Amino acid sequence: MVTNNPILQMFARSPFKPMQEHIAKAQACASQLIPFFEAVIARDWDKAREIQQQIAVLEGEADAMKKDVRQHLPNSLFLPVPRSDLLDLLRMQDKIANRAKDIAGLMIGRQMEIPAVLQEQMKQLVTAALATSEQALTALNELDELISTGFSGHEVNTVEKMINTLDDLEHQTDEIERELRHALFQVEKELHPVDVMFLYNIINWIGDLADRAQQVGSRLQLLLAR
Amino acid sequence: MSVIAEYGHIMVIAACVFGFFMAWGVGANDVANAMGTSVGSKALTLKQAIVIAILFEFAGAYLAGGAVTATIRKGIIDPALMAGSPELLVYGMMAALLAAGIWLLVATYFGWPVSTTHSIVGAIVGFAAVGISADAVNWGKVAKIVASWVVSPVTAGFISFFLFRSVQKLILDTDEPFKNAKKYVPYYIFLVGFIVSMVTFTKGLKHIGLHLSWTQSALISVAVGIGIMLIGMQLQKKIKINETEDKEYHFASVEKVFGVLMMFTACAMAFAHGSNDVANAVGPVAAIVGVVEAGGELAQKSAMPAWVLLLGGVGIVAGLVTYGHKVIATVGNNITELTPSRGFAATLAAATTVVVASGTGLPISTTHTLVGAVLGVGLARGLAALNLRVVGTIFVSWIVTLPAGAILAIMFFFMFKGMFG
Repeated sequence: MVTNNPILQMFARSPFKPMQEHIAKAQACASQLIPFFEAVIARDWDKAREIQQQIAVLEGEADAMKKDVRQHLPNSLFLPVPRSDLLDLLRMQDKIANRAKDIAGLMIGRQMEIPAVLQEQMKQLVTAALATSEQALTALNELDELISTGFSGHEVNTVEKMINTLDDLEHQTDEIERELRHALFQVEKELHPVDVMFLYNIINWIGDLADRAQQVGSRLQLLLAR
Repeated sequence: MSVIAEYGHIMVIAACVFGFFMAWGVGANDVANAMGTSVGSKALTLKQAIVIAILFEFAGAYLAGGAVTATIRKGIIDPALMAGSPELLVYGMMAALLAAGIWLLVATYFGWPVSTTHSIVGAIVGFAAVGISADAVNWGKVAKIVASWVVSPVTAGFISFFLFRSVQKLILDTDEPFKNAKKYVPYYIFLVGFIVSMVTFTKGLKHIGLHLSWTQSALISVAVGIGIMLIGMQLQKKIKINETEDKEYHFASVEKVFGVLMMFTACAMAFAHGSNDVANAVGPVAAIVGVVEAGGELAQKSAMPAWVLLLGGVGIVAGLVTYGHKVIATVGNNITELTPSRGFAATLAAATTVVVASGTGLPISTTHTLVGAVLGVGLARGLAALNLRVVGTIFVSWIVTLPAGAILAIMFFFMFKGMFG
């Protein structure tokens, strides 16, 4: 924006809208995991590979958006929140997409099959994790309203409620993860040991998705502290 | 003295031409700054901004520009030292006008944000201190003026901070922002009308023969305020909650109500700007006319001719219409974050500060005052991102303008002295 008017030159490009777009992209990337797991369970490896490629592309786009936000946050910018808090929030958002890419990548790489007894619970875990990240997206969409109210008042209460819901969803995901690990423990002797280790790994990583979404919520809470 | 008798008419005509030239510069350049927040927040269209600017810049210049013009005319210089050769005052003021006008042109060409006020004050102090003698300058007054250049952005920042906080508390942070917006915005409209009328009536209208007591001014101002408030309430009746827009952004409908308020605030800002900046163009003209008409007498008590303000007002409008509308057009296309609720807080704070300064006869920079006001809203955490580098550039232009104006004025002063003897 090239304008001679010094008053209007004062209004710099806001990083908040790009940040909202970034987490929307991260969520779009992660939500591909549901069709991905369906394909894996159905043993349709071609389809699974296709979706994994899609996830990789979306993660790349999220990375590009993240770099763009960082490039437009010089130190001379006067923000209503600390710049470092904002950058931390951005990093945490990006980690959601990263994890999704890791999961899909590993499963394709090992042609990982999910034991029949665990398939139902696995689907439940993925759904729960994605519900958590969806809730993080909802909370972050309130960012522009928060700026309107100057991070005070009624809007803050609304967002804090959303963050509480986010915490609850993460707890639920933790529960399901624990049950799934227990179920795997019951049958691990019948499976190939290396496969079992990687299965535990995948379960861990899916739990990570929810974990990182919850951390996005806690970073957001830091911005709201009054 | 004989120089004045010989060349008196030429001097007055030349003064009017230079003064008009300077006023044109103010209209072409500075008005865009004053209207920046109004157009940038999309509360006004370009056409509306220009119409408002034309009407209210002229009104401000003519109705409320008297006190600042008086300061520039005779407040900065102590004429006693020039009693023997009054033509020096004439040369000096013409030099100051030329210097400030040319500096303004140069700055426009290069796109630098310079203050018209700093240019003319720097020029006058320059020619007086160097061209005549250091004692010719009323340093006490100059110190006061420089102090006001620091105080005005700070004051505007304070006012905008508290204004925005009040908007947050009363409207934005509540459970029903739209309902509260419709309830409280009329009071803000009243405030706009009251403040501008109050300062104008108590301080500004003696030159058109209107002498009012303080209570009379207060009563008229209250009446004006209520009148404007009623108009505003009529306009705001038509605004209804738009469900689809509100889903995207909860405050979309609320901002529309603030748009009505912004219209009145823009009028106040144009009025304030006209009242303070017209003096930059016609203060020197008034000084020259005063000397020539008194036949070389440098009497302090000579009344200020009202037609001088008229000249300034017309000049500003001319500049705005011929060039200024282009400058306003380049502003505010990309500002998505400046909404009417913020624009209002910053603009009203700036307008109030400037109008009070005009009333007390202090020439301040409207641009810097607006910058202070915007920063005030930013400090209330009401703005997404402010580029502080711009504040730095403005400070640099400050430091460059004063000596630049002074040096140019000194050059022209000695040129005129040489030409006319």
